[in-house]
Amino acid sequence: MDLRELYQEVILDHGKHPRNHRFPERHNREGRGYNPLCGDKITLRLQLDGDTITDVGFIGQGCAISQASCSTMTEAIKGKTLPEVQELFTKFHTMVTSDNGADDLDTLGKLAVFAGVREFPMRVKCATLGWHTLNQALRNEGGEATTE
Amino acid sequence: MNEVSPIPASSPAAFDVQRLREDFPALHQEVHGKPLVYLDSAATSLKPQAVIDAVADVYARDCANIHRAVHLLSQRATARYEEAREKVRAFINAANKTEVVFTRGTTEAINLVAQSWGRAYLREGDEVLVTELEHHSNIVPWQILCQQTGATLVVVPMTDRGEVLRESFEEQLTDRTRLVAMAHVSNALGTVLPVAELIDLAHERGAVVLLDGAQAVSHAYVDVQALDCDFYAFSGHKLYGPTGIGALYAKERLLEGMPPYHGGGDMIRSVTFEETIYNDLPYKFEAGTPNIAGAIGLSAAIDYFTSFDSQAVRAHENAVLRYATEALESVPGLRPIGTAPGKVAVLSFLMDAAHPHDIGTIVDSEGVAIRTGHHCAQPVMEHFGIAATARASLGMYNTTDDIDALVGALQKVQELFG
Ligand SMILES: Cc1ncc(COP(=O)(O)O)c(C=O)c1O
Repeated sequence: MDLRELYQEVILDHGKHPRNHRFPERHNREGRGYNPLCGDKITLRLQLDGDTITDVGFIGQGCAISQASCSTMTEAIKGKTLPEVQELFTKFHTMVTSDNGADDLDTLGKLAVFAGVREFPMRVKCATLGWHTLNQALRNEGGEATTE
Repeated sequence: MNEVSPIPASSPAAFDVQRLREDFPALHQEVHGKPLVYLDSAATSLKPQAVIDAVADVYARDCANIHRAVHLLSQRATARYEEAREKVRAFINAANKTEVVFTRGTTEAINLVAQSWGRAYLREGDEVLVTELEHHSNIVPWQILCQQTGATLVVVPMTDRGEVLRESFEEQLTDRTRLVAMAHVSNALGTVLPVAELIDLAHERGAVVLLDGAQAVSHAYVDVQALDCDFYAFSGHKLYGPTGIGALYAKERLLEGMPPYHGGGDMIRSVTFEETIYNDLPYKFEAGTPNIAGAIGLSAAIDYFTSFDSQAVRAHENAVLRYATEALESVPGLRPIGTAPGKVAVLSFLMDAAHPHDIGTIVDSEGVAIRTGHHCAQPVMEHFGIAATARASLGMYNTTDDIDALVGALQKVQELFG
């Protein structure tokens, strides 16, 4: 088990200096995520124009994996359409949860740095918290996305 | 702190921790290619071979239901189960075996008191007093009870060191306080509460007192008669025993006035569709087939634990705790959470460099098992304005080498995150 596989430079960097760590000026969707196991919390806001995410930001606190994942996610989804985002989510989820999810790493871009999470089952929920929160924001349901 | 003062040593045998470690098979394994360093005994302690053997032996030899059949296996199982009850009685110095009810653990014991005693005796306007440092299992059952009865939950605040002071306790104690439920020892902070003193205060006001002894039984000497507590709850698995078994001690006078908690087999004397007559104490509170092997395993755990001089065990644990406290202070950017004087066995902390969850993963990769999270004590986290801590906790088998391994692993955290 190599820790550097998990804590890649990109993750450490985004964990320490999350990008889009502010709320967008305009937003019409909000999601809130919570991981009761470790207390990680995320509030995500985004502006959906047509089916394109034109702006997104989040405020959160938690471990490096959860914050870096949310940070890289906001970078990856800005300017993307809903079907594109859905595809990313599916690929990301497969990458961190299944044994043979590594094929598509190229198409995931920077998000591929989370491939190592697969080896740390206790941390998968940290890596997916931001994405679950995004899903919840897009469904625009009330309440909170939790990892449980 | 007289409530944790050790019993007079009977046989002051030297405490040889290296030899004792041989008794715990789980210690002798590698995790991630490193020797295991187990610092999570507040969550559950490892089990000595004697306990593992006792449980296996029940299933291998005395496998029968209890209190039911005339055949020999059932007689043997029944005898061993009742010996286990006597063992628990002696361990906590209850006056009578009938005052010891086997439960699944601390949680079930507390729920039993809430639903049986609480529902029978609490009314609207009554108050249940808890402290700010309680484990969720000593909060939620009382919240449920308050919803059911209209009673009010009142909280004694703790200090920033994690202490519960007599003055704050007295401030919240009123003539409406019917029950005080508090930890003997805090699982998140290691604080030992001045329970003997607080029990006296509560009794002066006519309140009954439940102690959550989950963290205390393995670190403090428990004498329920000396403490004069009304209820005492603990779990076997934090006392080097199996999971799924624990006990509730309750004064006989209180048990007699309590309705059953669960209905079923074993808790009855006779059943017709018109009327059921309940069994004697404590069987009235033990509906259904109990955790027979668990109780016998707990008995073996008590035998094992009490085979050591309790003063020597405590002296050893306190020496490791002192060593650990100083060693952690030397780690740059580390902030201890819970610094009550006289605390035991628990080191909760934060690091500037990394979130507790990341600390947990990194030290795990070095073979060091600690707990991270809110430790089922979210109000404690809230007090300190944090979501989680990293927590190293000690058992009798831990050594200063284990602490050195922890500190070494924390250096890895610094290297990676610093
Ligand atoms: C202080 C305290 N109370 C109650 C409990 C609950 O014990 P159990 O889960 O064994 O019922 C624990 C253990 O987690 C504890 O540390």
